[in-house]
Amino acid sequence: MIPELGNFALILSLCLAVVLATVPMIGSLNNTPGWVALARPAALGQFTFLLISFACLVNAFLSNDFSVLYVAQNGNSQLPIIYKISAVWGAHEGSLLLWALILGTWTVAVSLFSRKLPAEVLARVLSVMGMVSIGFISFMLFTSNPFDRVFPAPLEGGDLNPLLQDFGLAIHPPMLYMGYVGLSVAFSFAIAALIGGKLDAAWARWSRPWTLIAWVFLTIGITLGSWWAYYELGWGGWWFWDPVENASFMPWLVATALIHSLAVTEKRGAFKRWTVLLALLAFSLSLLGTFLVRSGVLTSVHSFAADPERGLFILVFLCIVIGGSLMLYAWRAPDVSSGGKFDLFCRETLLLGNNVLLVVITAFILLGTLAPLIYDAMGWGKISVGFPWFTAMFVIFTPFLVFIMGMGPLSRWKKQDPGDLARQLRMALLLSIGGGVLLALPLFHQGSASMGLAVALSLWLLSSLLLSLRQRFRYRKGLAGILKDFGARGSGSFYGMIIAHLGIAFFIIGITSVTQFDVEQDIRMSPGQTVELAGHTFRFEGAKAVRGPNYQADQGTIRVFNADGQEVAVLNPEKRTYTVQTRPMTEAGIDAGFLRDIYVSLGETLGNGDWSLRLYYKPLVRWIWLGGILMGIGGLLAAADRRYRMASRPETVAAPATAERLATESHS
Amino acid sequence: MSRYLRYLVPLAIFFILVAFLYRGLSLDPKRVPSPLVGKPMPEFSLPRLKDPAATLSDSDLKGKVSVLNIWATWCVSCRAEHEVLLQLANTGLVNIYGLNYKDERAKAQQWLQQLGDPYVANAFDADGRTGIDWGVYGAPETFIMDKLGMIRHKHIGPLTVEALNSTILPLIAELQATP
Amino acid sequence: MTPKRKKRMTLIGLMLVGVAIAAGFALQAFNENLMFFYTPSEVAAGEAPAGRMIRVGGLVTDGSVKRQSDGLTVQFDVTDNDKTITVQYTGILPDLFREGQGIVAHGRLQQDRLFVAEEVLAKHDENYMPPEVADALKATHDKAVGNTTEQVN
Repeated sequence: MIPELGNFALILSLCLAVVLATVPMIGSLNNTPGWVALARPAALGQFTFLLISFACLVNAFLSNDFSVLYVAQNGNSQLPIIYKISAVWGAHEGSLLLWALILGTWTVAVSLFSRKLPAEVLARVLSVMGMVSIGFISFMLFTSNPFDRVFPAPLEGGDLNPLLQDFGLAIHPPMLYMGYVGLSVAFSFAIAALIGGKLDAAWARWSRPWTLIAWVFLTIGITLGSWWAYYELGWGGWWFWDPVENASFMPWLVATALIHSLAVTEKRGAFKRWTVLLALLAFSLSLLGTFLVRSGVLTSVHSFAADPERGLFILVFLCIVIGGSLMLYAWRAPDVSSGGKFDLFCRETLLLGNNVLLVVITAFILLGTLAPLIYDAMGWGKISVGFPWFTAMFVIFTPFLVFIMGMGPLSRWKKQDPGDLARQLRMALLLSIGGGVLLALPLFHQGSASMGLAVALSLWLLSSLLLSLRQRFRYRKGLAGILKDFGARGSGSFYGMIIAHLGIAFFIIGITSVTQFDVEQDIRMSPGQTVELAGHTFRFEGAKAVRGPNYQADQGTIRVFNADGQEVAVLNPEKRTYTVQTRPMTEAGIDAGFLRDIYVSLGETLGNGDWSLRLYYKPLVRWIWLGGILMGIGGLLAAADRRYRMASRPETVAAPATAERLATESHS
Repeated sequence: MSRYLRYLVPLAIFFILVAFLYRGLSLDPKRVPSPLVGKPMPEFSLPRLKDPAATLSDSDLKGKVSVLNIWATWCVSCRAEHEVLLQLANTGLVNIYGLNYKDERAKAQQWLQQLGDPYVANAFDADGRTGIDWGVYGAPETFIMDKLGMIRHKHIGPLTVEALNSTILPLIAELQATP
Repeated sequence: MTPKRKKRMTLIGLMLVGVAIAAGFALQAFNENLMFFYTPSEVAAGEAPAGRMIRVGGLVTDGSVKRQSDGLTVQFDVTDNDKTITVQYTGILPDLFREGQGIVAHGRLQQDRLFVAEEVLAKHDENYMPPEVADALKATHDKAVGNTTEQVN
């Protein structure tokens, strides 16, 4: 009964999505207020039915209803409750329902929090989101219905993939989807603006907080995924340039370019066409990612089950959405007026350079991800693009990016005297180069050029951030003035930027450190045997059998001692065999620390109590995810900026003189 | 006019991309019709599921139209199609043989006892070697052979009533009619 | 041309040159990191280059897994049901590695058929085979079937 209710609710939500996609849009073009006003209720209605549908699926899992095929494939009565819930989005059909629900949630959020948006604009935005909803809901109803029944019902479910039975991975998809779907808001705003023909600072101001929040979710989602892979997969890797990972990273890069571009459009009215294109591109990459993951076109260790028929559906959907939006862009963008003029060297051009670099990196990653497909399609052979290529691409362009990041916040809008900037940054430059060279020398470490470069870049960023802070504080009187500044308009953006860019510094150091200086050893050990690694002594004390709620395991015990002989950690890596799916799973034993991780995983039993073990010493690895978290916090601060919650503001860009003064004063 | 042309560049790039993606879909091995169709069925000789001492081999399937269904107890989609297989067996039109693929004998026998047995006989392919010869990627898959033992159709995934009515039953009828 | 225009053109020109250089580096790095896939038959026929990083895949032959005393170096045979090559790997094998399963290995070809792997990958699902391996098996099967038909005729 309940699954049928869920299916019915899904159908109803599709009906409402159709209403949402058509009526308000037509109403906005014909100026029919009644039709325009239908947008908000339609959005609410769609969301309600999606929520009901989702609740029915959750219920099916919680009540072990194995007559539902999806539950039979992914559920199990022995599964702990939290994983019964996360199993709802553990495979293709259910994750689509989650996608649709999240889209419905964002649609309602936009409808509720945009009171001051002109009604026709809101109508268009919601209609476009409704069109995307139609795509996903009909995809489910026609090809991937989570409520399909199976007769006769099996007595027990196939169990959730043990890899997914983990808290980190339980919340990773919802976070990512919040990000992917959130980018549809920027997309919809861009389409609405193209249709309306009015692309101005107001449009950018409306879009920016939504885009920032979506970006934050995407950042957290990707960071979670990386952290999860590290502790769950058992061999210490945290990023594999796997197509599915790239599918999440590319929208992130473009979204980063987008939030910076929106800043320019909002403040200076410039880059309008670039910003619109970026908004379209960001969501397009999200959709493309969805396609790549679910169509079987690319093989990946974590793509969903391949099904070309479903792939075709998504491809057609992609053509309609992306092709349609780019056609609209080609048609309407030329008529968009150019915004504020700016000089050759100023904050605008630096941001432009920043965005160009981000887009170029994205293009290269896309190329590398699709290369196997292109080669196969052209009959040039079956290839796979090695890990080092992606890393090289990234490493080549990031220094330029960071260099610009150091200069950007300190530059003026419209016109910046290069000599003046150089003067300000003189110390920063010296400090960075000095620090970098020092660390690269064999004196302090085993001589690592890349570590030296990473330190140089981070010092450059740090000093530039400190300079920015000093400049800002100069205009505030004393401590009270500084504290008051925290609540002022524009401060959210500024401090958000500081923290997010700080996150990048941590990120760069973390990655370089763990790549250059991590120590790894695969070794066969007998109980009682010790081995030295990275100044620590590891003593293996054998493995014993243990039992979990739905698995059996061999659990090893390894004691770790530091150079002074003090016990630093007792690690218990496991080799688990889950009762239902029977494939073996490795649980690593990790001693986490701010400055280093000690990481041990079990290999295979070799007889006589001997085991092959993998031992790692990973310096500063946590800084990678700390960087991600800082970026997320920075984004949240920026989105919470008071000026987005202020009452009415002048719709057009302020007169040039005023704008100049504002810009110089606040430097935000 | 050239001013407008550059705005078409993103669209153009997108269409090139779509062309490759579309091609990529058709490259998927599952989509390409199995090269085994139209060829003689692979030789095999395996112990039977219910009686390990007896064998089931390809020669048992020759001389009449037959259906070979690859299945296993660990495969949930096989459970989904079981009802359909029983329906097919009840029509009496054709003999259904099973290839129990990478499974456990006891579980497989229990499954058939509990759910009904549409098979005339079942071969037990413990390590999946025979499955490989048949180009099997996973379970379930179903093959239809004519009287000469040539493979005439391969159905990937669980059998559905629509597939039965639209493709399989008509094909079986056609093959029965030819001498 | 106004001086401003000239400045702008120079800037754009510089950017284009920068992009061209980057593209050049990219292409070169790309070629170096491209790994082609070869079946055991192709390796046996000498079609696979020695010394370069390549990928090889097939089924692990039953009974071919031999472990050396250090517990970490292992040798096993990989076949596409037609020809077989020997793979050597030092390290911990993936959890899903099993005889009779499909694997893909990244590494270099040393002598005639010894492949020294730097990475061994087994698919995450025991019932799924890497497409390249499946294609390879299909190709050899077709060949075998073709031979039989010829013999019959």
